[in-house]
Amino acid sequence: MSSKVIHALYDDDDVLLSAVKEVKAAHHHIEEVFTPFPVHGLDSAMGLERTRMGVTAFLFGLTGLAFATWFLNLIMIQDWPQNIGGKPSFSFAENMPAFVPILFEMTVFFAAHLMVITFYMRSKIWPFKKAENPDPRTTDDKFLMEIPVDGDSTALQALLEKTGAIEINVIDKSH
Amino acid sequence: MGHYEAPIREAIITGDKSYHDISVDVAAPIEGKANKSWWIVFSIALVAMLWGFGSIAYTIGTGIGVWGLNNRINWAWDITNFVWWVGIGHAGTLISAVLLLFRQKWRMGINRSAEAMTIFAVVQAGMFPLIHMGRIWDGFYTLPIPNQYGNLWVNFNSPLLWDVFAISTYLSVSLVFWWTGLLPDFAMIRDRATKPFQKKIYSLVSFGWSGRAKDWQRFEEVSLVLAGLATPLVLSVHTIVSFDFATSVIPGWHSTVYPPYFVAGAVFSGFAMVQSLLLIMRKVCNLEDYITRVHIENMNKVILVTGGIVTVAYLSEFFVGWYTGSSYEDFVYLSVGAATGPYWWAFWSLIICNSIIPQLFWFKKIRRNYIWTFVISIFINIGMWFERFDIIVINLSRGHLPSSWTQFSPTFVDIGIFVGTIGFFFVLFLLYARTFPVIAQAEVKTILKSSGNNFKAARAGNIPTPTPVAPVTKPVDVVAPKTETAPIIEDKSSKTSALLDRLGKFDPSTQKADDLKKISGVGPVLEKTLNQIGLYTFEQVSKMTKTEYDLLDSITESFPGRAERDDWAGQAKKMIS
Repeated sequence: MSSKVIHALYDDDDVLLSAVKEVKAAHHHIEEVFTPFPVHGLDSAMGLERTRMGVTAFLFGLTGLAFATWFLNLIMIQDWPQNIGGKPSFSFAENMPAFVPILFEMTVFFAAHLMVITFYMRSKIWPFKKAENPDPRTTDDKFLMEIPVDGDSTALQALLEKTGAIEINVIDKSH
Repeated sequence: MGHYEAPIREAIITGDKSYHDISVDVAAPIEGKANKSWWIVFSIALVAMLWGFGSIAYTIGTGIGVWGLNNRINWAWDITNFVWWVGIGHAGTLISAVLLLFRQKWRMGINRSAEAMTIFAVVQAGMFPLIHMGRIWDGFYTLPIPNQYGNLWVNFNSPLLWDVFAISTYLSVSLVFWWTGLLPDFAMIRDRATKPFQKKIYSLVSFGWSGRAKDWQRFEEVSLVLAGLATPLVLSVHTIVSFDFATSVIPGWHSTVYPPYFVAGAVFSGFAMVQSLLLIMRKVCNLEDYITRVHIENMNKVILVTGGIVTVAYLSEFFVGWYTGSSYEDFVYLSVGAATGPYWWAFWSLIICNSIIPQLFWFKKIRRNYIWTFVISIFINIGMWFERFDIIVINLSRGHLPSSWTQFSPTFVDIGIFVGTIGFFFVLFLLYARTFPVIAQAEVKTILKSSGNNFKAARAGNIPTPTPVAPVTKPVDVVAPKTETAPIIEDKSSKTSALLDRLGKFDPSTQKADDLKKISGVGPVLEKTLNQIGLYTFEQVSKMTKTEYDLLDSITESFPGRAERDDWAGQAKKMIS
């Protein structure tokens, strides 16, 4: 793979979106797009797959529910069955209604926290992580498209110029 | 390109903003210096907080005998304050989660601060059960952890323990939701920061957010799922708080209407507190363009609805108590006995503040008025404190044994702890307002093109299509549907030349054009219009008087009275000198 990339800077989300479509249509590979806010439709225009964060949340929620069921049964029914207010703890099924609030809270707790941790791990964001947006303006009001180039890039540059890029820089990443 | 929004909807971002303007406005309170009034309020809050901490230390050191509790009234201000703070902590997640699920764009101007308020309020609430334990160092007994007593566990049948789980889940999930939303905004501050220390801190807290397309895709899905999880969570929290009372056998507490009624009351008080805080904050932090009358009115509508639910609950409690004919029910907090008994003042404070005064919001003039809204929101805050006080103290003050009937009088420690939590809350909120991006700027930028006043006006054909960014080196290609370029100069040429005669012509060969955007009130769009007319320099603007302002208004027809109101001439004079 080439070590050279083109950074095309845009200043409007709609211009960027149509530019991404044009660059895609011209069969160029878009390495990355940095934007200051979520641009709707950008992920499908770039050809990104759907995220599975929702699925992970569901699985983590099930884990939480299972964990809560296990420890409620262990604590309230197995380990030390108490007779509280004339309502003895003989079986999980019969005592379950009193456990609904905890079962619910633990489901939410697991789903929310583990999903967010998964998101941070997958997107590589955590404390002391260095930011990797190549231009500080991309968190303010500029949009940056990164395209790897092989050999001659004049045609690609002309295409980007035509799509409305306000700045086009060729960056050598090798050093 | 899908930015259409019905013209009948009012703009929720005003002031002709571009994307860059939003960054600048949100970063301004962080990058600027705190003014005098901030320091004054902060000092007062700090003193109150220290008084509260002193009272807490005294309580822990001596025991809760220092409170005004007695044999009959064994819960009083502590639990009142606890429920009050938890209730306040409901609006934030409601705004960010429920309104996100309903795709309400107006949430974006206020969600950040409402969530901050939620977290700070829940922190205050969480202190009360801990203090109330007396032996705070044994607080971990509320958690099911294996211990030296073998199989000694907590009781999962108790609503008090459900509360521990509900509140801690709520606090931690709200915190994570809030912080995840903050990452892109911290990143914006980081990339703007010039001081090395500031840069370091915001690099740390932004977790290295870079804004990749994939990150945003995940970010949006995570926000949506968190909203879906937080919505039942927020409803469950106050439901479980109400179980603390509803599952007991005390007359007045043992009531099946409590869960929905408590949740409505929590939203009611939470929104009132958001109003009280944001009405001040929008002024102090210059956020009038982002927290507009539309936001205030929408929140007042929520207050009106939830206030109505609470009132219906009061009426049904009152009716059912009377209808039972039971003598025990004549001393519960909503009864003739309470209304005319020794706690009549607490009863009527509740009814007047929560059920009568908020009805003023039926009038559109009042619910769109900042001062009225602020005053009414304060009344609601007071009324909702009295609701919890009534539920706890009035109900406990009379029991089945008349010889033990009594009243509650708080000691200075009770008062100190309550005032202290208010102080602590404001200390946290004021620090937040100086160091955090108080508007979810990344989200606000996504709705600029659909809900910004300049973009809405352009779609209606009133002004040329604005550019979403501050002008750069080369003219910007505008792809949003071009409506028309207003032919300002042609039909107004006589007026224009009259104006230029008075202000002096701009000669590009000898003079240099000034950046007119430096004048507060002039955005990129207006600057272009002024340039079209022939106004380029501060010198020209500084000569403007009432006549010229009127002339200008008649030429542009876009912002009548604005130039005079903002005193452009005065500002321009300052720029020159």
